[in-house]
Amino acid sequence: MSHYQLRCRECGRTWGNQPRSICDECFSPLEVTYDYDGLKASLQRGSNGNGPFSREAISRRPPNMWRYAELLPLPQNFESRLPVGFTPLISAPQLAERLGAQPRNLYVKNDAVCLPTLSFKDRVVAVALVQARVFGFDTVSCSSTGNLANAVAAHAAREGLKAWIFIPSDLEPAKILGTNVYGAKVVRIAGNYDQVNRLCSQIADEHRWGFVNVNLRPYYAEGSKTVGFEIAEQLGWRLPDNVVCPMAGGSLITKIKKAFDELIKLGLVEAKEVKFFGAQATGCSPISTAVKTGSSEIEPQKPATIARSLAIGNPADGHYAIKAIKSSGGWSEDVTDPELVDAIRLLAEAEGIFTETAGGVTVGCAAKLYRQDRILPEETTVLCITGNGLKTTDALEGVYQSEQPIAPKLAEFETYLQQSLDVAEVPEIVAAEQATGIGA
Amino acid sequence: MAIKVQIPSALRRHTAGVSSITCTASNLEQLFSVLDEKFPDLKPHLRDDKGQIRRFLNIYVNEEDIRFLGGAEYAFREGDEVLLVPSIAGGAQ
Repeated sequence: MSHYQLRCRECGRTWGNQPRSICDECFSPLEVTYDYDGLKASLQRGSNGNGPFSREAISRRPPNMWRYAELLPLPQNFESRLPVGFTPLISAPQLAERLGAQPRNLYVKNDAVCLPTLSFKDRVVAVALVQARVFGFDTVSCSSTGNLANAVAAHAAREGLKAWIFIPSDLEPAKILGTNVYGAKVVRIAGNYDQVNRLCSQIADEHRWGFVNVNLRPYYAEGSKTVGFEIAEQLGWRLPDNVVCPMAGGSLITKIKKAFDELIKLGLVEAKEVKFFGAQATGCSPISTAVKTGSSEIEPQKPATIARSLAIGNPADGHYAIKAIKSSGGWSEDVTDPELVDAIRLLAEAEGIFTETAGGVTVGCAAKLYRQDRILPEETTVLCITGNGLKTTDALEGVYQSEQPIAPKLAEFETYLQQSLDVAEVPEIVAAEQATGIGA
Repeated sequence: MAIKVQIPSALRRHTAGVSSITCTASNLEQLFSVLDEKFPDLKPHLRDDKGQIRRFLNIYVNEEDIRFLGGAEYAFREGDEVLLVPSIAGGAQ
């Protein structure tokens, strides 16, 4: 008997374990639920063939997301083939100073360096593909705004599975290339993500494929919890005051909350009220709009933003994301495209972390939340950076000018250096006056 | 207006396996009345206790989400193709 199974989120009917995401009774989403009493009883003596599941025992396990196996939907005696997750939680004192936080209280959870494909999607796909194997699929698939495409293609290659990937045709070239390279079949759809997603749910009806975010979705989504488990462990088995999280479909923020709740339930951390803050791009902000207007329902939008990884106008988990934010006392903000580009640069210059557009959204929204006093300087706050900037370099096109080369001569360099210093030493206000001719 | 309605597999056990029907309806309310009459077992799966269309049911007309077309106010046109698609959410306790 497995220690987990599917249960309807709304009517509570249980469905055992099978590739399905919808309750036939009420059409509502299914979720993985665990035998928490059994898990609690086995904290010391162990279960699942992994030995005890205490803080000390977990800390001695290999540094990857599988160290939390008992709280993931994995079969008995599961052995991982890929060391995914356990990304750095970095103290961010310079960024803190720029945002108005106390230097020791701001952290960045850096999934820009999650392996193997440099986004948090590696976590969800790792879990989904374990279940794809369990259910006997030989082909896996997904609808994706890019990062998921990369992750499914890479993990499928590693697992020897065929991969069919469906993407909106306007995706960033690096994300398309980063899918092609693993030998996946990439199907470009002339439409936005919501249309691709709708098509995939129809295809899943007709073909016996493991769609990680359709019929495997309840299992897939559980992988996101490992972000929350890691944050707690890396803070020394305590919970932060605030988490700021980018939102596309809205699943990640709900799963970090679920992770914290589970750790509390099992006594692995002390109970604490954590505020959840959602971040979206203004050009696609159905969840933050609902939070700001006090609505509990999503009004779908047509996305218009360069933050393509967040460009989901009809977020599947939007309703639950709103609930998680509101019930925690948090809030949701959104930033424009120029604001998110500035925030990408801010994080890179302050902490040496190059994030993709979604990370710019998170940092930009965090800046607003500090200014609004919704997040206070002395509170422990974690910003979730979920993807790598090298995948969305087009977002920075035109920001940096390409300079004329100089000759390989010391004298040329000294001249260049002097000119550079002259420019650098001109105060901003004087430079502006010179540019407009004022004061000449 | 004659329109074609596609039934997703999750609901076909309530339609005796029927995957699509052609029927006459001029708006969403009428369409649901037709479905209620034709497939009585389907009704509780499409609507909640208060008779409202279930939150996780998405309705598309010719590939467009009906909410972008005016929702319940949208007047079906001859030959419209209607898709009933479950909204795929994960949820969290």
